[in-house]
Amino acid sequence: MAKLVKSKVEWEGHVFERSSVTEGEEPEAWTAGSTLKVVGKGQPRIDGPERVSGRAKYTSDIQLPGMLYAQILRSPHPRARIKHLDVNKAIVFPGVRAVLSHINVPNISFDNEPLFGEELRFAGDEVAALAADNDDIACEALKLIEVEYEVLPFVVDAEDHEFLDNQNAQIGENLTLGKPVIYKRGDHSKGFREADVIVEETFHTQSAMHNCLETHGAVAVWNGDELTVWESTQSIFHVQEELTDVFHLPLNKIRVICEYMGGGFGSKQSTGKWSIIAALLAREANRPVQLMLDRLEENLGTGNRAPTVQHLKLGAKSDGTLTAIELQATVNVGAYGSVGRAVDGPCQVMYACPNVHTEVRSVFTNTGPQRSFRGPGYVEGAFPLESLMDELARRLKMDPLDIRMRNYAVGDSRTGQKYSAKNLDKCYQNGAEAIGWVKGQSVSRKDATKVRGFGMASQTWGGGGGPPAFAWVKLNTDGTAEVITGSQDIGTGTRTVFAQIAAEELGLEPDQIGVRIGDTAHAPYDPVSWGSMTVSSVGPAVRQAAIDARKQLNEIIGGFLNVPADKVLVQEGKIYLAGEEKPHASINDVLGQIGNFTILGKGARGPNNPELAVRTFGAQFAEVEVNTLTGEVNVLRLITVHDCGRIINHLGASNQGEGAIIQGIGYALTEERITDKATGIILNTNLEDYMVPTALDFGDIDCAFINDPDVIANNLGVKGIGESALIPTAPAIANAIAQAIGIRFLSLPITRAKIVEALQKTGNAGGVFP
Amino acid sequence: MTSTPKKLQLQDNVRGPGKVHVELNVNGSSYRLEIEPRRTLLDALRYDLNMTGSKKVCDMGECGACTILIDGKAVYSCLTLAIECEGHQILTIEGVSTGSNLDPIQQAFIQEDAFQCGFCTSGQIMSIKGLLDANPEPTPDEIRRAVSGNICRCGAYPHIFRAAAVAAETYREQRSTKKTGR
Repeated sequence: MAKLVKSKVEWEGHVFERSSVTEGEEPEAWTAGSTLKVVGKGQPRIDGPERVSGRAKYTSDIQLPGMLYAQILRSPHPRARIKHLDVNKAIVFPGVRAVLSHINVPNISFDNEPLFGEELRFAGDEVAALAADNDDIACEALKLIEVEYEVLPFVVDAEDHEFLDNQNAQIGENLTLGKPVIYKRGDHSKGFREADVIVEETFHTQSAMHNCLETHGAVAVWNGDELTVWESTQSIFHVQEELTDVFHLPLNKIRVICEYMGGGFGSKQSTGKWSIIAALLAREANRPVQLMLDRLEENLGTGNRAPTVQHLKLGAKSDGTLTAIELQATVNVGAYGSVGRAVDGPCQVMYACPNVHTEVRSVFTNTGPQRSFRGPGYVEGAFPLESLMDELARRLKMDPLDIRMRNYAVGDSRTGQKYSAKNLDKCYQNGAEAIGWVKGQSVSRKDATKVRGFGMASQTWGGGGGPPAFAWVKLNTDGTAEVITGSQDIGTGTRTVFAQIAAEELGLEPDQIGVRIGDTAHAPYDPVSWGSMTVSSVGPAVRQAAIDARKQLNEIIGGFLNVPADKVLVQEGKIYLAGEEKPHASINDVLGQIGNFTILGKGARGPNNPELAVRTFGAQFAEVEVNTLTGEVNVLRLITVHDCGRIINHLGASNQGEGAIIQGIGYALTEERITDKATGIILNTNLEDYMVPTALDFGDIDCAFINDPDVIANNLGVKGIGESALIPTAPAIANAIAQAIGIRFLSLPITRAKIVEALQKTGNAGGVFP
Repeated sequence: MTSTPKKLQLQDNVRGPGKVHVELNVNGSSYRLEIEPRRTLLDALRYDLNMTGSKKVCDMGECGACTILIDGKAVYSCLTLAIECEGHQILTIEGVSTGSNLDPIQQAFIQEDAFQCGFCTSGQIMSIKGLLDANPEPTPDEIRRAVSGNICRCGAYPHIFRAAAVAAETYREQRSTKKTGR
């Protein structure tokens, strides 16, 4: 029976309360002692054959009869007003079927702004779009659109006070929300007065670009007043909602499909203009339209990790106990309405400190809008905090691990809630053991120019999930089953994990379960795949749906065989009766004889425990080798130990953890969006000049899990793993570099050029380098 | 490591501008296309032959998602013109398996979970196929180098290395079975 409940849900560092509908009685959580046959194994992906054979159809692979190809004309200026726009030559160009600009679509808005604005706010902002018979024609026709721009003053740097204090980067104030976001607990001034030692530095973190291999884009087709859209997205239901708003259509007229998608990392969690433009062009031309961005566009307008400036100050007693933390942060959120998130999170929750003051200013500039990027805010915030904790340890002659244990938080200091489970101490122990951590570790010199160092860092993140999330489980008459959810697989192995959970409850093997995801027309609502919470939100609903289906099946079998339902057990498609060793019959013997009756089980994610805070934790250890001649950093080993509840699929979990670490290595050492201050144009919008890690850019990576089911979190005992391992990677590497060469780098990425320059400036004396 | 094969040469007779007949041998079958001489092999595969397993990610030879084999050698199909490939054997991911019969490399990719989103996977598999066909006993370093031109943004590399090593083992076993006639 459906029931309305209220629940607190944590999402990417924010907690909010929402109402949701649940189904029936919540099953007891699987505990550490539960005997599970399928869950907890290394399960190869059930959709593996599609993905390795080229058969998996991604949005960019959708080809429909008569499909047109679309292109977008983008602003070459960081800020400009369209004085004159003439699309007539493009309209009459042979093969062009539809053209859109502010002239013919004045009334459609996106995020409370016109879809095609007359004032352009970053280099890459949309000016016009067209669809043509093929991509060649579309590209040619784009060149025929004539635009006269009035170029306006612009700003790309959030520290450019000369500009920001005197004029606005866009309409309205330069500060998002009009004011800084301030958090206070205790009295930080008093805390600093009580401190025996104070350390403070100003840190800079760069803008990183997601560079999902499949770019953002959509395919749209109309059938009368019904719209179907394929989109490479982290949320089919978000896209549906957005399109409903724009086209004023009821939900049953809009279907959004995403069966396979080529990476998102946060950049595809919110909707973009592409799907609206594709749908408008398709309506105008009365043909299907594909609009996939190219690599350059992908790096201009689909999001980035916001650059930050963070002044951080820590005060501590001589035994290492923190007395005060103060953070003053400025986040460059780019153009339009985005808000910088959770940069202050690590300072507030990582350590037990009574006096904390954080202030975050999110500043608009004329650069591409920021979007969530794997561990948003926490990745940027962890670098200063974990770097400065090491500096504090150095000043106090303490071991970095000891100072972290000294300030161990047993609960969420913001709310006073205890944690549902926390095994960070075990993460520290296991990680230290695995890498061979020696207290007061001395630097080892391999030869005259290669120096090795060790470093570590801590991490906390959410991932507890919550309602609303729904699932159905359908039992076929031959005993196989299908899980039906409105979730999507962004590369994390969603289908496989759901198959494992359902198989466990139904007594089947995972390959006997089909998992249908990524289609709004055929599934119940499920949330965005974000915040490391797909398994912890949707997984418990899948389990409940499977239990519901199993109960219905047992009732029917019991009725058919004239035995009580609780005497029936179904395993691997065979029916066993209590007290009998041999199978009594097979499922299809029964289901086949009752008119091919289809059983549909329903499940919903139950509410979260209101008393306790659910979080994930982890520790990361790095061993690096720095070439003091070339500045090259060789990441020899990275060991991470995570506490994220029960692991459902070890294969997929280690893959997630390692992948996050590898992205973290890029963030630490090579990845940086470079914006030319004079022209406001991004200089490295390709994969040659923007350097993401390749197969040669790291050494041994080991991702281990505590695997302690969090029975408070949900009925599976699971928490997320998708993002957290990225958070401590850069500071662990920075701390290892600092130990190796005695130089504390205050900005990311720590490039070879910076290392060489720092070594030249400081010589053997060491010190800090901005 | 992928590269443009030296043997590929432009035809002596100049063709075009405009659409011309181009005959391609893809996965053992012959196809007659009518395409512009400037058409890349990747576009010809994806849009003219509807073989969408090779992915378009950068379209300028920076990522390797479009890697295919030409005469057994791994090549970026986005940096190769279709017209250059006449008279050569092209193998794409669609030709690596037949129906549900997967190649040992593909099987190893599934067994070792050597992908996440799967968008780079076709290219990774083609690079490894190019390696293993030429070098049945690659060292770990040779495996890394073989896929160093194939970016995996999800960072599944460690699993990809393991899959390549497992597949190499299977390839060796199959070869020795063939040799000994067992």
